[in-house]
Amino acid sequence: MTTVRFLGIGEPKPKRSIRLPLWLVSYVQAMPLTLVLGAFLLLPLIMIITVSFWDYDFAQMYPDFVTFNYTETLGSWVTWKIYYNTLRYAFLVWAITLFIGFWVAYFLAFHIRTSAMQMVLFLVCTVPFLTSNIIRMISWIPVLGRNGLINTALINSGAVSEPVEWLLYSDFAVVLAMVHLYTLFMVTPIFNTLMRIDKSLVEAARDAGASSWQVLTNVILPLAKPGMAIGTIFVVTLVMADFSTVQVMSGGQSASVALMMKNQMSLLQYPAAAANAVVLLVLVLLMVAGILRIVDIRKEL
Amino acid sequence: MYSDRRSREFYILAIFFAVFVLFLYGPLSAIVILSFQGPNGGLTFPLNGVSLRWFANLFETQAVGDFGGSFRRSLALGIMVMAVTVLFSLLAGLAFRRRFIGASALFYLSVASLVVPSIIVSLGIGVVFQQFGLQPAWYSSGFGAHLTWTLPFGVLIMFAVFNRFSPSYEEAARDLGATSWQTFRHVVLPMIAPSLIGVGLFGFTLSYDEFARTLMTAGTYNTLPLEIYGMTTNVTTPVLYALGTVTTVFSFLVIAATLGLIVLLNRSRSKG
Repeated sequence: MTTVRFLGIGEPKPKRSIRLPLWLVSYVQAMPLTLVLGAFLLLPLIMIITVSFWDYDFAQMYPDFVTFNYTETLGSWVTWKIYYNTLRYAFLVWAITLFIGFWVAYFLAFHIRTSAMQMVLFLVCTVPFLTSNIIRMISWIPVLGRNGLINTALINSGAVSEPVEWLLYSDFAVVLAMVHLYTLFMVTPIFNTLMRIDKSLVEAARDAGASSWQVLTNVILPLAKPGMAIGTIFVVTLVMADFSTVQVMSGGQSASVALMMKNQMSLLQYPAAAANAVVLLVLVLLMVAGILRIVDIRKEL
Repeated sequence: MYSDRRSREFYILAIFFAVFVLFLYGPLSAIVILSFQGPNGGLTFPLNGVSLRWFANLFETQAVGDFGGSFRRSLALGIMVMAVTVLFSLLAGLAFRRRFIGASALFYLSVASLVVPSIIVSLGIGVVFQQFGLQPAWYSSGFGAHLTWTLPFGVLIMFAVFNRFSPSYEEAARDLGATSWQTFRHVVLPMIAPSLIGVGLFGFTLSYDEFARTLMTAGTYNTLPLEIYGMTTNVTTPVLYALGTVTTVFSFLVIAATLGLIVLLNRSRSKG
């Protein structure tokens, strides 16, 4: 390592007057993160749980202990329908992104010969995910719309006589846009685990007479499971939290739990929104805890 | 292993990959093209002539929105979030290299920060500020809300970096008589610099594009994504696409500059 050479020729450092005992250093280093997460995550969550038991009217919230925020929301079949709808989106998007994510990662990890090319192609996949979600969402409108690219192409080719209506402002559009938005969250962790597979394992399997398919199903797939689990956590939690894609792409015809919350928030019904938030949070955390039983994140990083 | 031949599997997967890339970039290119729509053109194809009308429109006074102001706010917020994310994740990454009480709890709190739905964070911070009688603003509540999203990413990346970091370099430096600060400054820091720049890029772009967390926490003045989100419901001209094109080009420039910087760093390091 060439950097070591810099030692000794650097400017002499003045002796520091204060020395922290070694055991304290970690605490000092961890302090900023703890404070930020404490103030902007833990405290707000505690607040939401508290507020979910408060009373409210059109203008204000009143500290109280009532449970009707929960009974109202859980007692309504609309809520259950919306939860079902959200879970359905989560399942569909999860299944599709898992399929795409695995094959893209597998292609990059096992079929690209040079690591430079691997990095370039991986970046090609990554760049769109670093641009605005909303822009990427609305960019589907001119493609899927009534007079959009696909409908124009279909009509010009004579495949259909009327524009296909279900392309935009439908469940199809919502799922398509979500897959578009979230696939990278599946590709990256799977790519990461696949890159760590010892290539000699694959060779050993081949030498023992395994076909490509057998190598894939008996060696690579089992070893890729942790990456798939982490990707699943990302995709499922992102879909469960989504309100903008559902709102924009369904044209207001479908709802998700987060969208229901957002509407309650815009009506200043904070306690009702908070009750929904608690239910959604418990559901999401249970799902994540379930997945974490399969995979130890700390080992996979 | 596969280097001796290109199997049929390779070609099928290559086509799959190409379709995936087309899927990623295709719609984006549609709005870039449509932002050059003629003055009388609408939100969809075909192009009704070509003009810069809608880009010019961005700089005129609007009935809805204030793009200049919201862009400046988003930029400032992104830079603040980036700086804090890099520094705090680096510190946390260093902390996690040693055992300390509460390390596991802090780690899982970071993971929780990633998985808690963003709208819940937004609602929670909004209610906290309201109850404490504070005025939410993009630089206070919005800033904190963004950090709950960027910091866990930074921490996980630093965690991964230090997992692969061999302590023997530091031991060598110490054996040569370096103080712990010198070891950090001249040995550890140059080695992890590219990762830190990556964390910075994540911090900036995640904040620059974030809007679910800003929804309840931005206060009086909108950030750019909120502005765009508002436009999706009430703007019916291609000015929306022009704005999309401009911000996307800006994002691309930021990404390209960052990657350039990383390549440059790696090159100068390997030249040593």
